[in-house]
Amino acid sequence: MLFAANFKIVLMAAGFAVPLAMTSAVPGGNRDIAAFKDQPALIELATGSVLYRVAGDFTRNGKPAQAPLATIRMTRPLAIMKHQVSSADYQRCVAENVCRTLPPDVAVAADRPAVMVSWRDADAYAAWLSRKTGEPYRLPTDEEWAYAAGSRYRDDSLPVDGNDPSKGWLARYARESSLKSEEIDSKPRPLGAFGANENGLLDVAGNVWEWTNTCFVRTALDESGNALNSTANCGVRVVEGQHRAYVTDFIRDARAGGCAAGIPPSNLGFRLVREPKLLMRWFGL
Amino acid sequence: MLTRRTAMMGAALAALILATPTLAQELNLSRQKVELVAPPFVHPHEQATKQAAKIIEFRMEIEEKEIVIDEQGTKFQAMTFNGSMPGPLMVVHQGDYVELTLVNPETNTMPHNIDFHSATGALGGGALTLINPGEQVVLRWKADRTGTFVYHCAPEGSMIPWHVVSGMHGAVMVLPREGLKDGAGKALRYDRIYYIGEHDLYVPRDEHGKYKRYETPGEAYADTMELMRKLIPTHVVFNGKVGALTGKNAMTANVGETVLIVHSQANRDSRPHLIGGHGDHVWETGKFANRPEVDLETWFIRGGSAGAALYTFKQPGIYAYVNHNLIEAIELGAAAHFKVEGKWNDDLMKQVKPPEAIPPKVQGALQPKTQPN
Repeated sequence: MLFAANFKIVLMAAGFAVPLAMTSAVPGGNRDIAAFKDQPALIELATGSVLYRVAGDFTRNGKPAQAPLATIRMTRPLAIMKHQVSSADYQRCVAENVCRTLPPDVAVAADRPAVMVSWRDADAYAAWLSRKTGEPYRLPTDEEWAYAAGSRYRDDSLPVDGNDPSKGWLARYARESSLKSEEIDSKPRPLGAFGANENGLLDVAGNVWEWTNTCFVRTALDESGNALNSTANCGVRVVEGQHRAYVTDFIRDARAGGCAAGIPPSNLGFRLVREPKLLMRWFGL
Repeated sequence: MLTRRTAMMGAALAALILATPTLAQELNLSRQKVELVAPPFVHPHEQATKQAAKIIEFRMEIEEKEIVIDEQGTKFQAMTFNGSMPGPLMVVHQGDYVELTLVNPETNTMPHNIDFHSATGALGGGALTLINPGEQVVLRWKADRTGTFVYHCAPEGSMIPWHVVSGMHGAVMVLPREGLKDGAGKALRYDRIYYIGEHDLYVPRDEHGKYKRYETPGEAYADTMELMRKLIPTHVVFNGKVGALTGKNAMTANVGETVLIVHSQANRDSRPHLIGGHGDHVWETGKFANRPEVDLETWFIRGGSAGAALYTFKQPGIYAYVNHNLIEAIELGAAAHFKVEGKWNDDLMKQVKPPEAIPPKVQGALQPKTQPN
């Protein structure tokens, strides 16, 4: 938190979180976009801002450092799915031989989330849905997810003790362990079981973590917080939920846990955002 | 003398049955009642003792119950000693007598018994302890040798492996009266003790590949047996469940503390490894009259045995204690965690430079001369 004021943030490859300055704020705040044939239920979030802990690993002056805090301004409305993609919706993509089959223990139902999906699966579904609907769908960036999650977005960053790395490991372990209550096991619940946040999004930070499009980035900062250089690994994407995780893009089940000294996401699922159609035209689609 | 002669007789078993009650009245030893606790914890005990040999009284209730064995909620018809998987660790000293009251409540559906690898005769006590639901039995055996030993249910025939892989095993630790020693005769002590029991579990799947749920152990028997005979477990777990010893239930220690880890597997081989640590002194076969091995990276627990490893934590952090067949550890569940607090020791390990981009390569031929001529 102390960092926030004097940090100069360079938003690297933040994709669609970069202001596009093409729409105006929606008066009266968020609105529901009614679901119609083939179109999932969306919530349109008004413009605004979110205090965001930048994803990835940081060094400062060559020493491990806490990730900076940034105020992310959303300068155009964000249309995001009200609930996570259901297993039944995902199954329609499977039925057309586009998406990969869900494992047998995932219940296929209109009111159950699609879980055991990798980033690649989610991305393939987004492309399929875009073709089906003629509307451009994609995974949210981590910044967009944080904005949509509202009060359910948790800054899970911990201070970095450059002299004792174990402090951070133990603190993270303790926090993640405390999140793991009996209610939040890995058994997927019906959509809506974890309630709505103030934006009307259902099941945010329930027991299904959500894929984002944000790649794992390691950034070297200088003394005053300017980015010197960064390396991005897009084979690992940011996953959001009760805590932030970095998961390899072909992993469908992060639960196996065990060895790595952390508590893995209980389930991997996703929800999509819809781009304004105008953008597609710009891109000649 | 009497024992040896008896053992040589053909009717050894019958003689023992007759002899036991007589001896019981002759034993003029003090008695101590010990309340067992669920693993990974161990009831309070002396490591070395100056007391005379005693009769240590334990009581265990057998409990058949449905449990959840993984975080996906897979249900499993378990059979347990005292409600836990593994059953509790019983600690006594060499020369003590273990007197166990084994109870099979009438809520259970099957006969059970107990075979102590630490005991002598009568199939480890199995032949003297077979009880039906609604019955109980009292068995006493002399702890005539030291070490960690498995106990397990062993009713008869196919019931034996089935009861064991359904959860019915635990361990006994018979300590030398003077406590543990290293190979040079120096006393070894522990600040904490944890007992980890490893189970290989075999859960049948239905035609869709989903784990099947059964109403009673009996209904699970035929399918489970078919799967067991293929020898490939669906789960390999510590203390009854994937993740039973992680998160909130992770084991704890402080830097500088010495921990004794007792590890048993009644059915299948295992190879414990403490990631980031070692086995300072390891009784791989678990028998304390043998010199402990030192500085091990991984040790071997033979199926049907219990071993003990002593380690003093030197560095804080999260340690994973795994079966180092890593497929079994990570995919099938045989992993536990230690949370260790204390002061980081840079001398033992330091990240000299955090991860960063690889600097541009300097080609050999073009390398500028930096050495003065």
